[in-house]
Amino acid sequence: MNEQNLSQYQDPEVIQAALARPRVAVVGLSSNELRASNFVGYYLLRNGYTVIPVNPREEEIFGLECYPSLAAIPEPVDVVDVFRDPSAVPAIAEEAVEHGAKFLWLQFGVISPEGVAIAEAGGMQCIVDRCIKIEHARYRGRMHWLGFNTEQISAQRGRE
Amino acid sequence: MTMPPEFSGFHTRAVHAGARPDARTGSRAMPIHQTTSYVFEDAEAAAAYFNLQEYGNTYSRIMNPTVAAFEERVANLEGGVGAVAFASGLAAQSAALFTLLQPGDHVLASAALYGGTVTQFKHFLRKMSVDLDFVEPDNLSAWQNGIRDNTKLIFGETIGNPSGCVLDIAALAEVAHAADVPLMIDNTFATPYLCQPMAWGADIVVHSATKFMGGHGTSIGGVVTESGEFDWSNGRFPVIAEPSPAYHGLKFHETFGTFGYLMKLRAETLRDLGACMSPFNAFLLAQGIETLPLRMRQHVANAETVASFLDEHPGVDAVHYAGLPASPYRQLVEKYLPLGAGAVFCFDLKGGREDGIKLIENLNLFSHLANVGDAKSLVIHPATTTHRQLSDAELAAGGIGPGTIRLSIGIEDAADLIADLDYALNRLGNA
Repeated sequence: MNEQNLSQYQDPEVIQAALARPRVAVVGLSSNELRASNFVGYYLLRNGYTVIPVNPREEEIFGLECYPSLAAIPEPVDVVDVFRDPSAVPAIAEEAVEHGAKFLWLQFGVISPEGVAIAEAGGMQCIVDRCIKIEHARYRGRMHWLGFNTEQISAQRGRE
Repeated sequence: MTMPPEFSGFHTRAVHAGARPDARTGSRAMPIHQTTSYVFEDAEAAAAYFNLQEYGNTYSRIMNPTVAAFEERVANLEGGVGAVAFASGLAAQSAALFTLLQPGDHVLASAALYGGTVTQFKHFLRKMSVDLDFVEPDNLSAWQNGIRDNTKLIFGETIGNPSGCVLDIAALAEVAHAADVPLMIDNTFATPYLCQPMAWGADIVVHSATKFMGGHGTSIGGVVTESGEFDWSNGRFPVIAEPSPAYHGLKFHETFGTFGYLMKLRAETLRDLGACMSPFNAFLLAQGIETLPLRMRQHVANAETVASFLDEHPGVDAVHYAGLPASPYRQLVEKYLPLGAGAVFCFDLKGGREDGIKLIENLNLFSHLANVGDAKSLVIHPATTTHRQLSDAELAAGGIGPGTIRLSIGIEDAADLIADLDYALNRLGNA
């Protein structure tokens, strides 16, 4: 997946459509409070999302039941957010399609052309090498409060 | 769903970036949040802010909404992922250094730097037990040969103060990255309107916002912006990549990715060194940036006209303006500074130190003071003021002689600036 291909999977329109969905399964969510996945999961929870932890090595994270796989989740999922090694993505993509999820979101460094191809063939839209926390903070949150570049230019009233 | 167009012009971004109309009140101008602290929504929110789990305001030493608007504006114009503002340019620079260096490290810096930076590097870095070498900026092999196992940073100025030399940023970025080291550029003299060093491979850009950004000589401030692209986990920067004892074991680069360096710069260095920018200064500096491109065009046009006049004046020995057609930096200017080589430059009088002092006393429109980048034209004699802490050898290395005069050309009428200089030069009697 080269840079041109990659930017095709970083489309602001797709990103914002994914952020509008309430149910996010976080695959590879860690209970370690210092890991990036934990920061992201906690942030999503605090910002009103239904977070569904997926990690076969954990029982419970943030007081939520943790599932060993996407297939084990007994409820619908909108977005599958992945914090795993790229080699694990194709299998996750297959399960995501099977489960009826709409968006496959691969975090920083989780780059898997094969996984993306599987998800797209199954009718999913993909976001690759982007952080869901940062993108939420850019479009809906408070990234601008800490001097980060949201790249948003608008004369309409801002977010709080 | 159809998306609105993306507005990407530099002038548009200079006016709008970082400052949407206020969500609650609709205030169109940037509100000045003159407050030290912020009431938390609840205990959980407070914890999330202090743990950096959520972007939130805690205390204005570390973040403030008006300062953040200024920071985002600078980051946007420079093409960085974000920025952190400081009380001054030197505070910004010391914090940028402090965040990535530790005792035993080595820094490779251009020999043609602002005098305050030379002093800061020589004394402040030495106190931190950081080793330092200065390199002739034009000598690429000297940069390459200067890299050591413990080198952690390459540093230079886009346009050297006051020598006017232009740095080959892309070549230096290559040298730095081949050694897994970041390139830090002081872009104060060029401003992002004339040059965006990160587009040429620089990793960190620092500014004295006091100068052209503010533009009116009203407010001291500095800012650090970063590309987010440097791999701080390359094994050379445990100070950023490893668990931080100053932030309960957080690994800043692993956890925050492209935001890692800036998060550490803010949450640790700014927190601990404490040199924060005031909200009022942030307001004035951000407002200054709204007219940055307009002012820079007039600054540059005037500088080119005045430099050409001086170049032909019989009382002047040499004019060191990279924007002159005969400048040895012409090719670098065409590459890095196509809109102009800035508006600060030096010239050497035929006479020496005494003529330098006399010239300044005979000027009536140029203000004699220690600053640059004001809308008003400024003049100073570096050997007896800004660079007086430097030895003669260090002065010479920076391209400064006893009769060197530094000008910061303002946005007045060029004809008036020339009349003022002509009058003062002719009274020296060397013409």
